Amino acid sequence: MATFGTLSDRLTQALANLRGKGVLTAADIDGTVREIRRALLDADVNLDVVKRFTGTVRERALGATLNKALNPAQQVVQIVNEELIGILGGEERRLTFAKQPPTVIMLAGLQGAGKTTLAGKLAKWLESEGHAPLLVACDLQRPNAVQQLQVVGEQAGAAVYAPEPGNGVGNPVRVAKDAMRFARDKQYDVVVIDTAGRLGVDAELMKQAADIRRATDPDEVLFVLDAMIGQDAVTTAKAFQDGVDFTGVVLTKLDGDARGGAALSVASVTGRPILFASTGERLTDFEPFRPDRMASRILDLGDILTLIEQAQQAFDEREAVEMAQKLATATFTLDDFLKQMQQLRKMGSLKKMIGMLPGARGMREQLENFDEREIVRTEAIIQSMTPAERQNPKLLNGSRRLRIARGSGMTVTDVNQLVTRFDQAAKMMRTVARGGVPQVPGMGPIPGVRPGAKQQGKKKQGGSRSGNPAKRAAENAALAEGRAARPAASTGAGFGLGAGGDGMPSEDDLAKMQKLLGR
Amino acid sequence: MAERTLSFGARLRGLFQTVRVIDDDTWDDLEAALIGADFGPDITESMITDLKEKVEKFRVTDPRDLQRMLREDVEERLAGFDPTLKLSARPAVVLMVGVNGVGKTTTIGKFARFVGNYGRSVVVGAADTFRAAAVEQVATWAERAGAEVVRPQHPGQDPASVAYQTVEHAMRTGTEIVLIDTAGRLHTKGGLMDELGKIKRVVEKLTPISEVLLVLDATTGQNGVVQAEVFIEHAGVTGLVITKLDGTAKGGFVLRVQDETGLPVKLIGQGERIGDLTGFTPSVFAAGLVG
Repeated sequence: MATFGTLSDRLTQALANLRGKGVLTAADIDGTVREIRRALLDADVNLDVVKRFTGTVRERALGATLNKALNPAQQVVQIVNEELIGILGGEERRLTFAKQPPTVIMLAGLQGAGKTTLAGKLAKWLESEGHAPLLVACDLQRPNAVQQLQVVGEQAGAAVYAPEPGNGVGNPVRVAKDAMRFARDKQYDVVVIDTAGRLGVDAELMKQAADIRRATDPDEVLFVLDAMIGQDAVTTAKAFQDGVDFTGVVLTKLDGDARGGAALSVASVTGRPILFASTGERLTDFEPFRPDRMASRILDLGDILTLIEQAQQAFDEREAVEMAQKLATATFTLDDFLKQMQQLRKMGSLKKMIGMLPGARGMREQLENFDEREIVRTEAIIQSMTPAERQNPKLLNGSRRLRIARGSGMTVTDVNQLVTRFDQAAKMMRTVARGGVPQVPGMGPIPGVRPGAKQQGKKKQGGSRSGNPAKRAAENAALAEGRAARPAASTGAGFGLGAGGDGMPSEDDLAKMQKLLGR
Repeated sequence: MAERTLSFGARLRGLFQTVRVIDDDTWDDLEAALIGADFGPDITESMITDLKEKVEKFRVTDPRDLQRMLREDVEERLAGFDPTLKLSARPAVVLMVGVNGVGKTTTIGKFARFVGNYGRSVVVGAADTFRAAAVEQVATWAERAGAEVVRPQHPGQDPASVAYQTVEHAMRTGTEIVLIDTAGRLHTKGGLMDELGKIKRVVEKLTPISEVLLVLDATTGQNGVVQAEVFIEHAGVTGLVITKLDGTAKGGFVLRVQDETGLPVKLIGQGERIGDLTGFTPSVFAAGLVG
């Protein structure tokens, strides 16, 4: 996910000048602040917010160097980070549910912000949290918006209340009112009201939205905001605050490369927290918004926490234990490998996950070139094998390989490569497994996860056992470098994914970054 | 209320009316106003430098002269491109592309009416087979505009084949203008961008495409430039459509898009009614921006 990508790039670039300097001069700070200001403006952050932001950073940075004898670059990064978190809304907040169901959530926003799609995502998410949501079609303006909500509701498996055909027919306020009764009768505990898109200056439509709000007394009014919006975000947000007094913001289209600076402005100008982030076209591309993590992402520290959470959700504990046993006893087969790969795909787009890793900034271009279908192809090859072949790859002679290549639409060379890589990786994994189960369940197969500090101890098992400490160190270092070049191999499951791992920051860089941030 | 609905133009007018002589505050306010209108830091900086030079050169002291110079500057930048639509081919195929939610489908509806007003027959291809109920939405618009619609034969059909069938239909029935709606796609999705390339290739087997119009939302910030660049690369965009100009956003980023891509703005969308689409006039747009 290249969210805020270029902002990260610019800030990192701006701050890179500060690294390695022992003493921070006022001129340094001014230069950096200018870069930050420029980067934020380029990211569509509101000018007033930028001024306030840079002012605070500058003041604090100057004061800090005068008072303490700490690493100044470290301080500036921390200050920028803290200020960003401050603007993004400070603490994360959960959705408020009514004590007496149904909880009512109303969606409002400009045309094309993504309200209807969001309604579906919200429904899906609410269901996964154990609620019974009802979608209400109050967008009677846009042609076939009602129908769209019905389709989206069906995809999400949620009920849709749509008594009016839409396309300009029907009264949305009455629909909203009736929906409340309907929800109470049918025992839906959350009501999500989709409203028509409207401009901030459209007084009539804004009044209609206010009427819907009054009629349903919602527990949450969510302002749906396109992450690509420019300076107008503030004007629009204020108009909606006056009009419907929203209680929270949802950021959509974060899977684009818009830097989303407007989000910073809206949160800071309206004082309303950003509750959710919408990150793709599938109904599951939706997650609670974390200000602290978003701020880290701006500073390109990655979003490892989100990554781990996603991995855990998609991960089946039992399968993991089995897998670990198989690894340890060297009975890891192509079948297991296939299962592992499918588990990996459950976690969502690889690109998205790699993008969340720290230091992925430099990889963004490569990420764009990385072909996710590579996994699908590998899957196809394995699926073209007989169960016996999957259990025992040694069976694979020339004619079998030819058959598999035909069956999967690949060439024999591809099949050969896969088998070779599988052999190598299985060997590698056995070594790792003997040293213990990989530290994060389900994280093992993620290409691009660098053998971090925690893993290092285990990895050594596969390294040199030379009695000469100096020689051992050198050989291990060489080994580590070899891994840096092909992280896919070291993590075992990245068959054919080596390309995705190139250009990762070295362990050194990561360590430096961590040191810089005092973590 | 009054404060929030203040347009950029109004702010500038206020700026030019209250200030008697040009001083540092004038420049600060000007910068704030330009940034606030999504001109972006680069254009803002270069415009202010230009203006400062001119002010020095002509020894201007009256802010109203400054405003006039600014308007001329904007107009000049906008007028450097040819905004005419090239629809002389028969059939003239127009492909409508853009990111999600910018108003492609609505623009198709308005455009069908716009062209229909000149007595041309129009067929609309509903090649957005991805988004829920998008086909119905464009069909409703086409009906309002009195245009024919070619729908996908089954849900989720390859958009390229819908586009092909639409053009085929137009050639068979002698329809003059073909408008093809495509699914919104973020320019960061490589696969979806390739799909656009495919639609283009497939249609061009039948006839050359006259116009590929990139629809941009006026509320978009600096990301509009990136969008335009990627869409040019993959879809060979020939012109821009700016939508939602009836709001408070005036689309200052268009200046940067034009500067960096050389693409002309060809159409302007200003409302939800079917008649709310006009051609692009640099002086009007500049006046809307600068007042």
